[in-house]
Amino acid sequence: MATYTLNINGKEMQVEVDPSTPMLWVLREHLQLVGTKYGCGIAQCGACTIHLNGVAVRSCQLPVSAVGSQEVTSIEGLSENGDHPVQKAWLEVDVPQCGYCQAGQIMSAAALLKNNPNPGDAEIEGAMSGNICRCGTYVRIKKAIKLASQSSAS
Amino acid sequence: MALVKTSMGRRMFIQSSALAGGGLVLGFNWLASCKREPEVVGLQMPKEWYEINAYLKIGDNGVVTIMSPNPEIGQNVKTSMPMIVAEELDVDWNNVIVEQAPLKTEAFTWQVAGGSQSIRNGWEPLRMAGATAREMLKAAAAQAWQVPVTEITAAAGMLKHEASGKSAGYGEMASAAVNIPVPEEVVLKEPKDYKIIGTSRKNVDGKKIVTGQPLYGLDYRQEGMLIAMPVHPPAFGMKLKSYDATDAKAMPGIKDVFTINLYNENFPRGAFDHSVFDELVIVLGNTTWEVMQAKKALKIEWEKAGDVAVDMQFFGNPTTVKHPSGLESSSAHKEQMEQLNSRPGKVVRKDGNPEAAFRNAAKVIERTYSCPFLAHNTMEPMNFFANVTADKAELVGPIQTPEWTEPAAAARLGMPLEKVDIMMTRMGGGFGRRLYGHFVVEAAAISQKVGAPVKLVYTREDDMSQGTYRPTYLATYRAALDENNNLTAFHVKAGGIPESPLFANRFPAGSVDNYLAEDWTIDSNISTGAFRAPRSNFIAGAEQAFLDEVAEAMGKDPIDLRLELLDRAKNNPVGEDNDYEADRYAGVLKLVKEKSGWGQEQGNVHRGVSAYFCHNSYVAQVLDLVMESGQPKVERVCCAIDCGIVINPDAATNLAEGGIVDGIGHAMFSELTFADGVVQQQNFDKYRLIRHSEAPKNIDVHFVDNGIDPTGLGEPPFPPIMGALANALYKATGTRYYDQPFMGNKQQRVIG
Ligand code: FES
Ligand code: FES
Repeated sequence: MATYTLNINGKEMQVEVDPSTPMLWVLREHLQLVGTKYGCGIAQCGACTIHLNGVAVRSCQLPVSAVGSQEVTSIEGLSENGDHPVQKAWLEVDVPQCGYCQAGQIMSAAALLKNNPNPGDAEIEGAMSGNICRCGTYVRIKKAIKLASQSSAS
Repeated sequence: MALVKTSMGRRMFIQSSALAGGGLVLGFNWLASCKREPEVVGLQMPKEWYEINAYLKIGDNGVVTIMSPNPEIGQNVKTSMPMIVAEELDVDWNNVIVEQAPLKTEAFTWQVAGGSQSIRNGWEPLRMAGATAREMLKAAAAQAWQVPVTEITAAAGMLKHEASGKSAGYGEMASAAVNIPVPEEVVLKEPKDYKIIGTSRKNVDGKKIVTGQPLYGLDYRQEGMLIAMPVHPPAFGMKLKSYDATDAKAMPGIKDVFTINLYNENFPRGAFDHSVFDELVIVLGNTTWEVMQAKKALKIEWEKAGDVAVDMQFFGNPTTVKHPSGLESSSAHKEQMEQLNSRPGKVVRKDGNPEAAFRNAAKVIERTYSCPFLAHNTMEPMNFFANVTADKAELVGPIQTPEWTEPAAAARLGMPLEKVDIMMTRMGGGFGRRLYGHFVVEAAAISQKVGAPVKLVYTREDDMSQGTYRPTYLATYRAALDENNNLTAFHVKAGGIPESPLFANRFPAGSVDNYLAEDWTIDSNISTGAFRAPRSNFIAGAEQAFLDEVAEAMGKDPIDLRLELLDRAKNNPVGEDNDYEADRYAGVLKLVKEKSGWGQEQGNVHRGVSAYFCHNSYVAQVLDLVMESGQPKVERVCCAIDCGIVINPDAATNLAEGGIVDGIGHAMFSELTFADGVVQQQNFDKYRLIRHSEAPKNIDVHFVDNGIDPTGLGEPPFPPIMGALANALYKATGTRYYDQPFMGNKQQRVIG
């Protein structure tokens, strides 16, 4: 057990956990930020995607000991009122079915658009390939990403 | 005008004027347990509200809360079922709050997510709940204004009396309405008057989903809750011999290690009381990560299990399910199935004289199709919360069959049913996996044993290797043609492990003079169950791919051939129990023909068509493929659906898109194989699911507008797409694809 002071969604938070604990479980169980989801635990599904210094990472593969003072953003901290352009586009296109994968999809999409405000189909597919949607909302996800890309451009 | 007696729906009306007031919260409240939930700004119920019936409460300011009775697995019932109530209540949808109803079988009908039945079974009670409440509000206004009730109109949450110019909001009359007797009869709206049904409304949980608020079973927690994880035998056909938990128990955060047995020996099991493994080792600790580590430190000896026979009741039919001993492998399964399929099967249906027709045929086409076991792989793995004390059992989590699982949990706990309560969470997918509530019973048994609130969590590996899988199937089709290329006989022989996929009375039965359908089964100790559109999810693709070959051999357009056969089935049907309406079947084919621009294909686009009827709905699809650097890419899917009245068109379209993507994915990539009883794919590194780049670029969905009462939609768009895909692949590559997964399991790792 060790004590860590983490920078999560712009706030300092302290946890006492085993150093090997992945950020996924630190967020979900120690900080009760459960928007970040468990899907596979081996970096294959993307349900656990968060931002580390603005870059999309799989939190199931990120031990708390590796985080230090880096900025962690989870879905709960993506925007103040759920009004990030990607979140708004998701609602506009009404993307979710079961919804379980969507926090991870949104975090991947937001990181993509930050680096590439106007991605083409292949770029979207590439950036999103690590996020599985078992319900098959891929067509809508792509549509929402394009919509978010347009609305943040305008 | 449809005047409908309310008597059959009476049990839902538990009227109680004493229920006014804000103190009573009938839905369960996440806020009690999750302090950090961000505030969602939106509609709220006022302090004073009145429960008109089990489905709805009206606040004194006119805000309405509608209870959504059924489990939500992503099929959108939490939005579309309340829309039906709101329609008949005639209220502004913007003034509606939706809550998940509790499990209350005395008040609600069919609280099950299965068989694409939620809307179909809810159609009448939901409309009745809204319409009777509307009538009671009208009666309350009539009393207050001393005018005949027939002169009162209700619309968009307002009551009006034209002659006197009086008007009031529903909220003003709600307190009086609870004292009005439930009307004996109500007039239901005509579809042409609908203002909410048939208009697209956004997912009521949308905002919570995109902001990551707690919604799912895995998100649920209570103070003092412990985490339990199961360890099950590494192979089907094995069971526990002994274990040593000394090391595991010494690990940080670990509270205990013990075993549990699932169902009581004499418990009369129902159709969904499957056990995957009867005895499990349970590791209990403070956090999921700690318990995951401790699982690895267990030393367990397993041994071979003997033959098992389980008595079950399949909706009143007693059945003995046999699980023979042994360690099964996919290679042996294949041989067994081929061997059995080469012998005569059990004749399920026979019309005319198929033997003679085949003997006299000028040409016989024979093709064999197969598919592997599949795991459901809901994105949210199996889990359940249980807090069992001496006098009550509180069970919370994702379950498609709460009303059928409660008795199983009660029996296991030795508690009367009324002391056991299941609360439904939004589910991270169902697909049939969560029809089987063994994990609910497991969670309950664990909590009872340790006397603490417990959340049982399966890892992805547990989930994938302890499933209720889609069975593996095999089917051989034969068609006889005469010298003029007329279809004279049709023969299907199908089977699987452990069940047959055959639907002997479905199309093309009824359209061919000489018809034979046979089946066979092979027992297994691998646990299987319903998977989105059970049996149809294989046989549709096989049959529709075969018809494509038959059309080609006959020199006919594949849509024309189907329409001709359906014409025959309509005008001069063969046999009596044909399980489809030929007209509606032909209707979706004609619609997809028009919408896809069938016959106008050109250039590098390769098209396949398919149509199927299951779960009371008809679906036809045209799939367009292009080859990009030697790889097939689905450019477009055009889909026509007849599921009667569509409640929420955009959400229905989303569900159909999902079914199509799901079908393409499973047919192309997915398979679960066994070696000596061991599941060979235990996580997404080995088990291939469809990913972004493999999904169709465009999907357009068209609904037949016929005003018929709604039927199913969760399942019907899924099975036929596999046939359309196989047929388009043939056009693109010149090769017929008979064995799923068509692209093999290439085990490509997509780097995340
Ligand atoms: S849970 Fe981290 S990628 Fe699946
Ligand atoms: S919406 Fe269900 S897994 Fe993506």
